Amino acid sequence: MTKNGMGASVRRKEDYRFITGSGQYTDDINRPNQVYAYIVRSPVAHAHIRDLDISAAVATPGVVAVLTGADMAADEVGSLPCGWGINNKDGSPMFEPGHPPLAADTVHHVGDQIAVVIATSRAIAKDAAELVEVDYDELPVVAGLEAASADGAALVWPDAPGNVCFDWEIGDKAATDAAFEQATRVASIDVVNNRLIANAMEPRSAIGEYDSGKDEYTLYTTSQNPHVIRLLMGAFVLGIPEHKLRVIAPDVGGGFGSKIFHYAEEAIMTWASRKLKRPVKWTAERSESFISDAHGRDHISHAELAMDDDGMFLGLRVSTRANLGAYLSTFGPSVPTYLHATLLAGTYKTPAIYAEVKGMFTNTVPVDAYRGAGRPEASYLLERLVDRAAKVAGLDPIEIRRRNFIKPEDFPYQTPVALEYDTGDYEAAVEKALELSDYDNFESRKNASAERGKLRGIGISTYIEACGIAPSNVAGALGARAGLYEAGTVRVNPTGSVTVLTGSHSHGQGHETTFAQLVTEALGVDFDAVEIVHGDTGKVPFGMGTYGSRSAAVGGVALVNALEKIRTKAKKIAAHLLEASADDVEFKDGQLTVVGTDRSVGFGDVAMSAYVPHNYPLDELEPGLEETAFYDPKNFTFPAGCHICEVEIDPDTGVVQVVRFTAADDFGRVINPMIVEGQVHGGLTQGIGQALYENCVYDESGQLLSGSLMDYCLPKADNVPDFAVTTNVTPCTHNVLGVKGCGEAGAIGAPPAVINAVVNALAEFGIDDMPIPATPERVWQAIQAAK
Amino acid sequence: MQTKVSCTLNGEDVSADVDSRTLLVDMIREQLSLTGTHVGCDTSQCGACVVHVNGRSVKSCSMLALQAEGAEIITIEGVDSNGDLHPMQAAFREHHGLQCGFCTPGMIMSALDLVQQNPDPDDKEIREWLEGNLCRCTGYQNIVQAVKAGAKSMRAGGKEAE
Ligand code: FES
Ligand code: FES
Repeated sequence: MTKNGMGASVRRKEDYRFITGSGQYTDDINRPNQVYAYIVRSPVAHAHIRDLDISAAVATPGVVAVLTGADMAADEVGSLPCGWGINNKDGSPMFEPGHPPLAADTVHHVGDQIAVVIATSRAIAKDAAELVEVDYDELPVVAGLEAASADGAALVWPDAPGNVCFDWEIGDKAATDAAFEQATRVASIDVVNNRLIANAMEPRSAIGEYDSGKDEYTLYTTSQNPHVIRLLMGAFVLGIPEHKLRVIAPDVGGGFGSKIFHYAEEAIMTWASRKLKRPVKWTAERSESFISDAHGRDHISHAELAMDDDGMFLGLRVSTRANLGAYLSTFGPSVPTYLHATLLAGTYKTPAIYAEVKGMFTNTVPVDAYRGAGRPEASYLLERLVDRAAKVAGLDPIEIRRRNFIKPEDFPYQTPVALEYDTGDYEAAVEKALELSDYDNFESRKNASAERGKLRGIGISTYIEACGIAPSNVAGALGARAGLYEAGTVRVNPTGSVTVLTGSHSHGQGHETTFAQLVTEALGVDFDAVEIVHGDTGKVPFGMGTYGSRSAAVGGVALVNALEKIRTKAKKIAAHLLEASADDVEFKDGQLTVVGTDRSVGFGDVAMSAYVPHNYPLDELEPGLEETAFYDPKNFTFPAGCHICEVEIDPDTGVVQVVRFTAADDFGRVINPMIVEGQVHGGLTQGIGQALYENCVYDESGQLLSGSLMDYCLPKADNVPDFAVTTNVTPCTHNVLGVKGCGEAGAIGAPPAVINAVVNALAEFGIDDMPIPATPERVWQAIQAAK
Repeated sequence: MQTKVSCTLNGEDVSADVDSRTLLVDMIREQLSLTGTHVGCDTSQCGACVVHVNGRSVKSCSMLALQAEGAEIITIEGVDSNGDLHPMQAAFREHHGLQCGFCTPGMIMSALDLVQQNPDPDDKEIREWLEGNLCRCTGYQNIVQAVKAGAKSMRAGGKEAE
């Protein structure tokens, strides 16, 4: 292993600027002559705008402009596009409502944008926004899935009867029904997957800037994928060609999915900057984030599992309703369908599976991907159901899993729900987790807890997920309206230092370090001589960005492929310099050597001769040393693992504390173990957050009750334990790095493990269900009801 | 109406004209152009904005700029000494106590105040102290390790980097 290469826990390059306060997040950027925007948002969930009076705001000293939906319509600004189309069971397309960046005549959720007030200071803009008078004709509201699906429910969109956006299915219904006819035992469960809000610590922000001399736009934005924003906003909303639009996503303070999507504010600032010929800046206040960032999860499902006498799974039937919110966010429709129902096989060899998913409109903020995106919903449903099945079959929860696991010899394994798993060893992960968690001594810990008056429970989940969604042609056939490859450019500079331009985007993942490790490994250049550039469409040739744990598995592989091209060319140059055949040149540790001789040249000299080609094979090779690779994976990758959670519950208060948590995950090969562990810790904490603390709640009128950090409980330092984390590696078989992805696993595996532990702790009361999140009130109520 | 506030910021005399409602954090970020102190919320929950005022950690979003008249303010930019990382900063890097880095300045400023009051905090004390600092990325474990290591290093006079 090269020091600082693959597998080394190298300390992060990017940290210096963050620990010294010199990071550059979007709100840290100020442009000359900049003005500030404040967005007037709807305080009601559904209404016609009868009258909009901006005169008092316009007259406020310091106000530069007040712009409305009418101004946008006059400029023919387009609708915010949806990037994934779903077809109904009958093959017809889903219903797609328009989504103007500023509402035209109707608002559809609390927080919907109505007007933008632009002034010389934030405070003036905010004050003047108070003076914008909106007269609403309120319309009936459906604020949740139950209300939206009730008979005679009011409609969010008149053209979407029953509030249904799509009614979709996957799997073989007849075969699944037949499996249930054969079954001797059936377990079933109803689950609500709670609605969540990503709450990256950096609120969203955008600065639009227009250069009238060149007729060029620059957008600084808190995005996970600036090229995607350039495409969506440029092509569909504002009609700006790529070469006239530069999108920069500088340091970004966390994303977790919520910064994938193209948001109205990005288009508003870019559009307004041209109208005003001044840079226009907007930064969300946290309570504004709550009503304007896309939310996550929010499913109601019923699931049934058919088994034989031995507890072997025969068939699985799932029916899900998914809340999409009032409009379709960029990837909203893909989340409950192709990222959820395709994962319902889990780690088990269930021969027949059928799932149907209804995507529904409600008068709430749009719902889209949040860490895990569909896969946490699938694993929660399945891993809770399997625990139920264990009870029905009279088996231990671990034993029933073992019996039904897909075995190492079964790979590649085609599931009944479209995916083909390439590799894995689920049993091995269980073994590791059992040992690391000291599972065998649980009873003695339970007794010790009991002596302190606490109830102790243990829970397991053996999740699977799918990362690095691909290949593009398959995704396209399933409704994706974008490619899912990644691009990487390696620019070797004349003195041998290396600049990498990657389409992946780091908003905490540490690409500046891990990608530099890949360069060091391949070229032997010093770690400090590598610079990773990302997040700027003006510098990086192309890219699809970072989401779905795809950076290493797609962006990393694109980089490695570009590095391989560099190695090949470097060998040819060296062969010329050393008067040998390229086939005889070995490239190792930064030296290019003719095999079996001491004739050798350093990589730095090769680079120099590529740029000063005096002694150079100009007939065969172009000068320069820069290569680009686009990589479109053959398949998803399939990280999987075993999580074991132990909780302690105070029966007097209902408070649940996670006291031990063990994760044995298979992420394939690991580039930087320190960074991977960090990702796991963060994911687990968000998973525990979903299980115990976080809940997004609307009242019947569509008001968001959990609309600030006072009401929406993010896990704090003393809400989570120290995690015991290990990996169990089966390298991915279809990418050269053997990597799978690690960003979301914690958020996928943890919630069912925690709730299974809570239910286990409460078993003595005969409780076998617990809604998520298991708040103290819910737990206490359940105990009282059972007594 | 604007009022002039004078104070020291990281050891230098500074002044700014502020509205009576201007928050300290806005004065630091907007008028005095030090953007290492962040704003993560509008309800005083997140701690991204923690600075030291007269030696104690304060959420600079919950204090008016006017209240800083005559005060000594230290922000994350004033923690290192002539470019050498403070041991607490070094410990955050060494123990991977940050990912996106947005919460980090507030975390470090808060941790420094903890260690000032309790030079040898245990895990539980650290976790309790950091209740007012939210991190959405790290899951806190490595932050706790970093604070412990930073405290140890500070006890040793900054000689150990871990
Ligand atoms: S900005 Fe969140 S506590 Fe100050
Ligand atoms: S490192 Fe991202 S919020 Fe703490």
